[in-house]
Formats: sequence, C-alpha cells, structure tokens
Amino acid sequence: MTKKPESFRGKAWVLTDSEGEPINDIDTDMIYHNAHLAETEVEKMGRYALGNLEGWEDFPQKVSAGDIVIAAKNFGCGSSRQHAVECFRALGVSCLVVESAGAIYRRNAINSGFPLLVAPGITKSGIETGDVIVVDIAKGVVNCPDKEIQFSAEPFSDVQMEIYRAGSLFDVKPG
Amino acid sequence: MGRTLIEKIIGSHTDQKVRPGNIVWMDLDVRSARDFGGGNVVANYHRHYGDQPVADVEKTFFTFDCNAPANTIPYAQNQRACREFAREQGIKVFDVDSGIGTHVLLEEGKITPGCTAVGTDSHFNIMGAAGAFGQGMGDSDIAYAFRYGRTWFEVPQSIKVTLEGQPSIFATARDVVFAVLRHFGSSGALGRAVELYGPAIDELDLSGRITVASQGTEMGAISLLLTPTDAVLEELSRGPDSQMKAVTADDDAEYEQTHTINVEGLGPLMAAPPSPTNIVEVKEVENRKVDAVFIGSCTNGRYEDIVAAAKVLKGSRVADGVNVFVVPSSRKIFMRLLSEGWLEALMAAGAVVSNPSCAGCASGQIGMTGSGETMVSTSNRNYKGKQGAGNTYLASPVTAAKCALAGCIKT
Ligand code: SF4
Repeated sequence: MTKKPESFRGKAWVLTDSEGEPINDIDTDMIYHNAHLAETEVEKMGRYALGNLEGWEDFPQKVSAGDIVIAAKNFGCGSSRQHAVECFRALGVSCLVVESAGAIYRRNAINSGFPLLVAPGITKSGIETGDVIVVDIAKGVVNCPDKEIQFSAEPFSDVQMEIYRAGSLFDVKPG
Repeated sequence: MGRTLIEKIIGSHTDQKVRPGNIVWMDLDVRSARDFGGGNVVANYHRHYGDQPVADVEKTFFTFDCNAPANTIPYAQNQRACREFAREQGIKVFDVDSGIGTHVLLEEGKITPGCTAVGTDSHFNIMGAAGAFGQGMGDSDIAYAFRYGRTWFEVPQSIKVTLEGQPSIFATARDVVFAVLRHFGSSGALGRAVELYGPAIDELDLSGRITVASQGTEMGAISLLLTPTDAVLEELSRGPDSQMKAVTADDDAEYEQTHTINVEGLGPLMAAPPSPTNIVEVKEVENRKVDAVFIGSCTNGRYEDIVAAAKVLKGSRVADGVNVFVVPSSRKIFMRLLSEGWLEALMAAGAVVSNPSCAGCASGQIGMTGSGETMVSTSNRNYKGKQGAGNTYLASPVTAAKCALAGCIKT
C-alpha cells in the first residue's frame, strides 16, 4: 500500500451560518440526512453531504477534491451513522478540522482512516472560507501561509495514527 | 487510588492500565447491530472477514427496531442481509416483532451491571441505567467487534453529579433528566462518563433510569451511569434471588469535575425546538397549539410511561384535530399493556396504537408533521427534520398526554 499523506494542503470551507458565525452542534442528520441511510455505496454518499444544513445544501456542487472542512464545537453529534464521515471522503475532502467532535463521530473517522483533527479555537483563528491552508496531522498544526497564521491542534493519538497508517480499523489486530 | 465507575467496568475487561486518556483494548460482553447500520455491518464483515466465524455467537445479536416492519425496500434489503448472515453464523435475531433493541437486550437479561455492550445505536449508552457500560458505534466498529469481541477505547474522564433536593410530585424521571440537560447543555459533558447520585436518582425504578440514561447522548456524554439499588437489581433479574451485583465507584475515586444540581421542587419541563437541550418550563410555552403527540421511544416507551399517559387519557377524548400516536418499546410491554386494558383505554380516547419499535423517533414511522405543525413527543431528539417538517417539543409522557387532551401545550 502506498503511504498515506500526513500533511494536506487545500482550500478551507468554514461551516458558518448566514451571519458568518461558526455553527456549533452540527448533528449527523444535518451532515447526512436519515432519508438517505439505506445507501451503502460510499461513492454515492457525497451528493448528500451537508444536505440538511441550512445554507450549505449546495456544498457537494461547490467543493473540490482536496478541500478541507473546518467546523466549530461538537461536530457530528447525534446518531452513529458512518455515512456522515464517508460522505466527505466521497467528495474528496482531504481532512476535517473541528473544535470538538461527537464521540461516535470521532471514532468513526478514526476507524475509517479519515483524518479528523481536533483544534479548539480554530474557527476564531482568522482562517476563512477560501483560504489555502496546510494541515499536519502528525504534528497537530494548521497553517495559513497567506495570512501568516500558525495554529496548534491536538496531534493524533497513537491508536489513531496506527489505524490511519495501516489504512483502517480492519487493518489492525486487537491488542 | 480509587477508581470511578467507568474505570472499574473497563478495568474488569482489560489487562491494560485504566486511567483517563489511556487507550485500552477491552473485551465486549454484548455486540449488537440493528436494521439501521446492520446492513453495512454485514457488508463490512463480508468484505474483510469473508465467511470466518464471529468471535462468540452467544454474545452477538441483531435487533430490528428502526424500521419495523420495513416499509422501504432498502430497509427490507438491509434486514434480509442481516437475517441471512445471522442464519449462516447462528446468531440470534430479535426480529421486527420484538421492539427497541436496547430494551429487548435489557429485558432478556443480556445486560448485567458492570458489563460492556456495544451496538450500532447511538443510544446504546442507555445501559448506564443498569450500571453497565454501553456505547453506540459505527458499522465498521461493530463488524470488528463481531469478529474479535474486543475493541479499543479511550478511558474517559468522569464527572460526578449529585442531584440535591426533592422534585415536586408533578415531576417525572424525564423532568429530572431535563434538569440535568439544562445544566450541561449539548456539549457540557462531551466525551465524559457522568455518574448520577442523590435521592431523586435513588428512588427511580428501572424505567425511570432508562429515561435518564437515554439522554446521555443528547449532552455529548459517553454515558450517564446510575448505580443500581437492590430494587433495580431485582427488576433487572426479575426476582429477588438474583446473583446480580452492582459495580460501584470507589469512595476515593478521582473525578475530573463534581457538580451539584438543585432539583428541589422541580416541576414539568420541556425541550423546545430546535434542540433537546433547549429546556423550558412548560408554563413558558403554555397554550401553543398542538397538532400531534407521540408517546414512545427508548426514552419513554416503557410500561410505566404508557400507563402514566393512559391514566391521563382514560375516559376522555383527545382534543379535536390532534393525532396521538402511542408505541410501546417492546413486545413484552405491549402484551402487558394489552392484557391490562391500557391500550384499549388509549384507543378509546382516540389514540393510534402501533407495534413496538422506534416508530415516531426514527424516520417517519407512524407519521410525521407537515411544515407549520407542532408535535409534542416523548422521544429523544427534536432536531429540525427529525420528526417531520414541523416543530417538535420534547416532554414526559404525562405532559404529552395532557397536551393531547388540551390540544395545546399544558402543564
Ligand atoms: S427510539 Fe429513537 S433514539 Fe431510541 S433507539 Fe430508536 S431511533 Fe434511536
């Protein structure tokens, strides 16, 4: 297997409301509505991403492969659906940077080897939608070279890194 | 050094050092998948493990409750895939006749205090009602748990909460946990194990504890844990000569935080739209017109819950123009309510009674609201779109039944 990247460069999407405020508590129904749960093919999940989040319904049309999504607190709270992680992968989003995440959501991201970095305060860092940012998951840093922003996040935990490097949970044996 | 409840439970399922923040590999006593997520569990299992056997069929279950019986072809396909896999592997299926998975597992004695249980239901932490560790997980996680019977887990920090004072006689278990939600908000207990103590907790029966524990997910907690009393142990094992013992936190356990919440004189509360933590006094929203009422779900679909609602409605008629849906959480509960005449009383009052399942709480089973309509529901969540296009207020079964009679929100 080719080595997975541990640093990403891409355009940021900061999930904000109509007043430009970062949205807390974006639940899995807003990320991936329960009407589409019967979908089992990851490639088809992308078209529903953020489909129930006010003002973001057209996200799947706007996003490009390699983009990075930034969200505020308690991202992915609610149900256990893995679709809510996979829909971003399907769109080619390279990683998620959130202030905090729902426990199950975070676990799903870790297990599927999808990079989710926890960075408390990131929505107040000055990084805005459209900025090009660089995220290093091993060191736990988020940079925005154009704005000279250097932001430190929580680096991946050992298990998270082990699973990420191996591919997914299915590639590691229980300890 | 003393250990908290979750540290003791995890500690008895791993050889590794159990300290908050440590990631350990732990044994799982119960691993379960429902019709929601189950299809993907099976697909993942086939993809990664082919036809290798699950670690232990006695500890592995399917429960169909989300869409029961299936009313969409995709759900029917998911259920079929689970049934087929279960047959091949010899796994027990609690099929669409059984009721809400977590409740069925509790009723069937599969959950004992101090055990560890995982499932594809984000309210699996409801097992905290029995002083057990339950955790909802995604479908990859559960496929892995089926195969190995073990998983990794980060030992959470613990919060100790003491409820002080005596709630008023108008408050139910739902109102007590509304008060806890009001205290913590949607993320105040994020990633924490929360132990609840105090007289208002001690006096709760198993149903009341299930109501309380079911709301852990709504405050972002890993779990709300209630230490079973002797009475609850008897209920869990359905008899006084149970071998079940409660696991308790050490007296000198170390908590990250301790909180006290005053519930003295507590009255009925509700969660107003748009979130389960938007807690208001019923008085504050009184007289708003109500179009539909749902009584059921893993939070408030127990025997005691439905009887409480039936007592309000018995001998009366629900208000004109209000549709009332009642769904007991399990087949056993349904049968008991049926034989004791409670369901008849509810039907006579104008309610629609349906088969045990998640029903109104999961997408659209037993009816949704149209835009502009208002529902009062005893389910877990009122996020936008969850129970239709209208507004949903969350309430106890008693408050919900009173609203059904009045046709508007009432204490
Ligand atoms: S009743 Fe609702 S919250 Fe409970 S398990 Fe069913 S769908 Fe989930």
